[in-house]
Amino acid sequence: MWRVGTVVALHDETATARTITLEVPDWPGHVAGQHVDVRLTAPDGYSAVRSYSLASAPNSERRVQITVERLLNGEVSPYLTQEVIVGDRLELRGPIGGWFVWRSQQTEPVQLVAGGSGIVPLMAMIRSRTSAGSTVPFRLLYSVREPGAVFYRDELRALSAEHRSVIVTYAYTRTVPKDWPRPPGRIDAALITDTTWPADLGPACYICGPTPFVETVANLLTASGNERDKIRTERFGPTGERK
Amino acid sequence: MSSHIAYLDGNAAAGELSKVFAMDVTTAQGKCKHCGATRRFAEARLYMEGPGVVARCSVCEHVLLRVVSARQGVFLDVRGLTYLQFNMMG
Repeated sequence: MWRVGTVVALHDETATARTITLEVPDWPGHVAGQHVDVRLTAPDGYSAVRSYSLASAPNSERRVQITVERLLNGEVSPYLTQEVIVGDRLELRGPIGGWFVWRSQQTEPVQLVAGGSGIVPLMAMIRSRTSAGSTVPFRLLYSVREPGAVFYRDELRALSAEHRSVIVTYAYTRTVPKDWPRPPGRIDAALITDTTWPADLGPACYICGPTPFVETVANLLTASGNERDKIRTERFGPTGERK
Repeated sequence: MSSHIAYLDGNAAAGELSKVFAMDVTTAQGKCKHCGATRRFAEARLYMEGPGVVARCSVCEHVLLRVVSARQGVFLDVRGLTYLQFNMMG
């Protein structure tokens, strides 16, 4: 079933990523981690559907946010990040998926691991924690190309400063800020040991990113003693557009 | 590694499958007819490069389910699954 959402706000997260806020009058509510399908239809009837994770926490205002990264040769993302204006209408299907979700009733510590734009559904979980008043300790390990590619930077900084129970660690893969203690590089076993919850605390682990990233991190978390059934994953396609 | 086609999770098929199933398929438990492994559908490996969607078992990689949307309707082939068990609690 397709619903119609009206664009009510646009916000650039980085040079290539934009957050779109939509008002959806018949939105039934969602859980952090779920996604929506967005359908664009051309005047000739050709249509394209892509999946985007919801970035917003569940709320009573019937508003949802998605953050879209513009992809070279993308069919849908260039339109969503460059052409869409406030007042436009988009077709949405969802919310979708009941597996890769965090519910505010959960009590175990939470380990989030994001690769690039994989931060989006994890941000919904962090926002949901705050809006629900949960005190569950969260850790986020966020792998990103360079400082300028970080989504939600100010909000993450404020949250981790305000709530000592939200700990954010960045792993820069290409360029690091000045005086950064770790050289650029991918997440490895040492970083997992140093910055994620010890496995004996039984954290709920959520990994989101491109397929090879998810594969690597899931294996590292398993190798450090986390149970397979405590690890939930969400993979992006090779193009980053989840069709 | 580079030669293998990237796959997604069962999550990514949920939108397409919502045309067919009244309940969320990602949390349903599926039993692989080939190896007998029982896993959440969200854990299946999903291949979306072709005209339809193919879900494979994350343990033995045999095909569990195929779904193709065509002009005539949606074709659903579940011959690789012994069963799909839906959680009635939602």
